[in-house]
Amino acid sequence: MVDVTITAASHQNWKPIVAAAFSDPKVAVGGGFILLLIILALGADLIAPHDPLAQDLMLGSLPPVGMAGTEPGYWLGTDDLGRDVLSRFIHGTRIALTVAFVAATIAATVGTVVGLLAGYFGGWIDVVVSRLIEIWMAFPAVLLSILIVAILGSGMHSVIIAIAIIDWTRFARVVRAETMAQRQADYVTASTVLGFSRLGILAGEILPNVLWVVLGLFTLELGLAVVIEAILSFVGLSVSSDTPTWGGMIAQGRGIIYQAWWVFALPLAGLLATVLAFNQLGAGLRRSLDPVMQR
Amino acid sequence: MSALLSIENLSAVSRRDGKPILRDVSLQVESGTIHGLVGESGAGKSTISKIVLGIVSGGVVVTAGRVMLDGKDLVQIPERDKRILIGSQLALIPQDPLTALNPGRHIGDQLTDSLRMWKGFNRKAAWARALELLDHVAIRDPARVMDQFPHHLSGGMRQRVLIAAAFAIEPKLLIADEPTTALDATVQKQVLQLLKRLQAEHGTSVVFVTHDLGVVAQICDDVTLLFQGKVMEQGTAATIFNAPRHAYTRALLAASPRYDNPAAGLNPIDDAVIAACYAQIQQFDGVQHG
Repeated sequence: MVDVTITAASHQNWKPIVAAAFSDPKVAVGGGFILLLIILALGADLIAPHDPLAQDLMLGSLPPVGMAGTEPGYWLGTDDLGRDVLSRFIHGTRIALTVAFVAATIAATVGTVVGLLAGYFGGWIDVVVSRLIEIWMAFPAVLLSILIVAILGSGMHSVIIAIAIIDWTRFARVVRAETMAQRQADYVTASTVLGFSRLGILAGEILPNVLWVVLGLFTLELGLAVVIEAILSFVGLSVSSDTPTWGGMIAQGRGIIYQAWWVFALPLAGLLATVLAFNQLGAGLRRSLDPVMQR
Repeated sequence: MSALLSIENLSAVSRRDGKPILRDVSLQVESGTIHGLVGESGAGKSTISKIVLGIVSGGVVVTAGRVMLDGKDLVQIPERDKRILIGSQLALIPQDPLTALNPGRHIGDQLTDSLRMWKGFNRKAAWARALELLDHVAIRDPARVMDQFPHHLSGGMRQRVLIAAAFAIEPKLLIADEPTTALDATVQKQVLQLLKRLQAEHGTSVVFVTHDLGVVAQICDDVTLLFQGKVMEQGTAATIFNAPRHAYTRALLAASPRYDNPAAGLNPIDDAVIAACYAQIQQFDGVQHG
C-alpha cells in the first residue's frame, strides 16, 4: 500500500479554474466589454467630456467626427438641443447597468428559491407554482411591465421591481425542472440514508448542480433587463426625462432621425453590444466553470 | 453469534393495486457475516433493502412484520430516531456508481460529509481521514482525487470511492445493492475482493443484494433466495450451493455458468419449475386470504 503524506490541502482549487475561465475567448471579449461599461458607469462624471445636460442651441445637431461641419470636442456629435451624444451615452450606462444587475439579482434569487421548492417538494407547492408561472407567462412582458410601472409610478425603483416581477418565472421554470431531474438521482438517495435533512439536501446537494444553469440564465437576464429598461425609457416610464438613458436617447433620436441619425444610432449600438456581451459572457463562464460541462 | 439485523415476517403490498410485493419474509444477518439476498428482477430484494434503509418509495406499504436493528424496530420507531439510527450505523453502496456521486461536488467534500456528521470530525480531521480511506481502497494519488469531480474518475474508481464513503462511519451494517452490476468483469472481481477485505477487517455485517449466483458463491456466508417476494430457500452458502433443496434453486444453479465444471453447460430454467413456483405463491396468497 502506498504511504500517503496527509496534508490539510486547500482543496478548493479554484485558481486554475478561474484562470481558465478568463482565457476563454467568450469570457474575455464579453466580460471585457461589460467591464468597460462598468468603468464608464462608475466614472461617468470624470470620463464624460461634457455635462450630459448642458444645452447649447448654437451647437445643435452637430455630426460625429469625420463628417462635414463638426466641432472639436464633440466626438460623436450633438442632439438637436446641442447636448453631447457621447456624454449622454456614458451617463446612460449608469441607469442601464444598475437596473440590470439589481433587477436580475432579485429575479434570479426569487425564481431559484421558488423553483427549488416546487421541484423538490412537488405536491401542492408544485401545482400552485406551476399554475402561477403559466398565468404569468401568458401576459405579454412589455405590456405587463408598463402596467406595473404605471401603477407604481415612474422611477428607477419601479423599473427594477417591474423587471423582477416579470422575469422571476424564467428562473423558477428552469430551476424547477432541473431540480426534479436531480431529485431522482442516486446521490440524493445516498444523502437521505446518510441522514441529511430535506432542506440540507436541497441546499447542499441539489443547489450546487442547479447553480450553473442559474448563472447562464442570469447573464441572459442581465441583457434582457437592459432591453426592458430601454423600452420603458423609450415610452417615458423609466426615470425622469432629465436623466440621460439609452431608451430616452433612442426615443429622442427617432424624432430627428433625418436630421441627426447619430443620436439614435449610438445608444442602439450600445444596447445591441451589451446584450451580446452578456450572452457571450454567460456562455463562456458556463463552458469553463460548470464541472459537468467540462467532460 | 447474534443477529445484528433481524427481519421478521415482513409483508408489503403495492399502494396502487394492493398486490403483494413481499410475502412473509424473515431473515437474520449475523454479526460480521455477508448475507446474500438473491432473486430475479422484481423478486423484492431491493424493496427489502430500501425498507431497511428507510428510503422505500410511497408506492410500497408495509403491512406486517418487524425490522429489528440493535433491538429497535425500524418500521415502528419515530422518523427522527430512525434517521439517526440509520445514518450512524447503516451505510449503502448503491448500484450505479455513475449517478451515486454528486456530479457538482468535489469527491473530498462528499467523502467528508458522513465523518463530520456522525463522527464529530472537524473539517481538517475529516479531510485527513478521507485521504486514509481512499488510500485504503487502493486509489492512487488520493490527494488529487479528493480535489476532483466524479466525472474525472472511471466507473471502477467511483465504486471504490463509494466503498470508501460507506466504510467511513464504520457502519455496523452495510447494504450493497448490486454494487458490481454496472462494472465490467475484471473490475467487478477487484471490487468484490476489496469489499470482502474491508468487511473482514472492520467486522462489518453486509447485506449483499444481487442476481448473480457466481458473486454469491465468491463472498457470501448466508443466502436468502427470493421469488416474487417470497423466500424460496435460505441457509448457508455451502448448503445452498452443495445441497439445494428447492427445485427453483437447483434450476438456477444449473442455469449459471460453472467455470469449475464447464462440461455441465448451461441449462435454461424449465417452465415447469417456474410454474411450480407460481403455484406455491398462489397457494400462499390463498392461505393468507382464506
